Amino acid sequence: MSGAALPATSRSPAAARAARPWWLSAPALVLFSGMVIVPLLMTAVLSFNVFDHTTGVKAGEFTLAHYSKVFTDPYYLGIFWHTFWVSGLTTLICVLVGAPEAFVLSRMGPPWRAIFLLVVLAPLLVSVVVRAFGWSMLLGREGLVNKLLALLGIGATKLLYTDAAIVIALVHVMLPFMVIPVWTALQKLDPAVTQAALSLQASQATTLRRIILPQILPGVLSGSLLVFGLSASAFAIPGLLGGRRLKMVATVVYDEYLHELNWPLGAAIAITLLAANLLVMLSYNRLVEGAYRKRMGA
Amino acid sequence: MNRNGPLALGFHTLVVAFMLAPLVVVCLVAFTPENTLSVPTTSFSLRWFRAVFAHPDFLQSFQNSLWLALGSASIATLTAVPAALAITRYQFRGREALNGLFLSPLIIPHLVLGVALLRMFAVIGASGSFGWLVLGHVVVVTPYVLRLVLAAMVGFDRSAEQAALSLGASPATVFRRITLPMILPGVTGGWLLAFINSFDEVTLSIFITSPATVTLPVRMYMYATESIDPLMAAVSAQMVALTAAAMVLLDRIYGLDKVLVGERT
Repeated sequence: MSGAALPATSRSPAAARAARPWWLSAPALVLFSGMVIVPLLMTAVLSFNVFDHTTGVKAGEFTLAHYSKVFTDPYYLGIFWHTFWVSGLTTLICVLVGAPEAFVLSRMGPPWRAIFLLVVLAPLLVSVVVRAFGWSMLLGREGLVNKLLALLGIGATKLLYTDAAIVIALVHVMLPFMVIPVWTALQKLDPAVTQAALSLQASQATTLRRIILPQILPGVLSGSLLVFGLSASAFAIPGLLGGRRLKMVATVVYDEYLHELNWPLGAAIAITLLAANLLVMLSYNRLVEGAYRKRMGA
Repeated sequence: MNRNGPLALGFHTLVVAFMLAPLVVVCLVAFTPENTLSVPTTSFSLRWFRAVFAHPDFLQSFQNSLWLALGSASIATLTAVPAALAITRYQFRGREALNGLFLSPLIIPHLVLGVALLRMFAVIGASGSFGWLVLGHVVVVTPYVLRLVLAAMVGFDRSAEQAALSLGASPATVFRRITLPMILPGVTGGWLLAFINSFDEVTLSIFITSPATVTLPVRMYMYATESIDPLMAAVSAQMVALTAAAMVLLDRIYGLDKVLVGERT
């Protein structure tokens, strides 16, 4: 590569150095522009396109009808409401189970602490389809859970294809996302502060409530937002455990795209989901950053 | 130095049982000799594993997933490493924005990315193409590689790099002889994590695969919505085994605890 023909200024070492990070990130930048930004913009445009059931998408004509359908039609409002409370319940259970579990793990001695941390977190790497299938076997009419219930004297209960099944499996998938931030917050605790509280005659319960809980609260909060956002857009779990009848936002988008073939309406639902999700996740980032800055300042 | 009471340990046992139950039951049912989903108690059989290998659809999907994961993890690594260099070694306007863009697939639901790519592929005539499917996966797994490589790059002593530069080594030589060897665990760990995530991905893939490019998780999803028999359990058990093997490797190379919670435990 000879620079002889170029003006001397553009070949100065400073200019070359300034261009270097852009050259280095060029492949990723091209990839993400072409595969994230462009498709999302195209989908945003699609969500305003007129749709006709016989002729399909009309590229040149625009309408707000799909969004007004999403926000006024009781069917779609019901789906969003259902998704909202299933995700909310999942988040609540993850807080009630994940935070204490992280606390119990942090109080274990080696080697159990590392082993059980991995046992609780590693299912994260197993395909969600496998885990959903595992739960559909456990929760089926002849499944292990019903057999356990029978031992307790409770008759056969329909669990599969109910909200209970969706919430149980979602909690299984999301629990690690709650344990990780709480665990991280617990690792940053200064044990000397707890010791000080105990030596000043504070009871175990008071120490937990006044010293430990306030410090892990940012972790619980960021975990909750992450769990809520991921649950609200979950697809495979409601698809496999909710059956054909129980719908969540993601499975409705799938139906609109691949069964109804009404892509503009599907796009409007997807864009609404994305907007809601970004709102939740970005407030998560803001919270985490805020907590981080506070720690650095302290 | 366990400081947990019996109540805490009882709770912990329940949580661990809850986390392992679906995986354990899948692996047990895979060995059933029956035609129904039942946990084998007296006799074990490999008939459902043989059935998987006699099922051309599952074999084809397994191959698709394997090539897809190999290709997308490799391309993701090749794009993430220079991007991480740019982000950690240079101060420039737009650095934060680039970092945010490259990590954005972590907060954009795969479902939304899936329908967006479905639309674009339809417009540009790329529907059903395996190459474009690979690029779709590259986008969703690049953040995993990037995060591990970024952590590796900010985490080591840079005086060796500076010494080499001041002794007249070119930036390329410094990267090849000093930086790359030091970040290698992060790079290989990131590649493996990308491989696992691509191999397991279902939500994005279900929108952008065609009958010829269907991946294993998508095939399993379709199969499970139609019928439930021990064949699914046998395929699932093999996925669990493969993931476990990849996890052991990841643990050796990079440390599973560092991947999952970002630090040594």
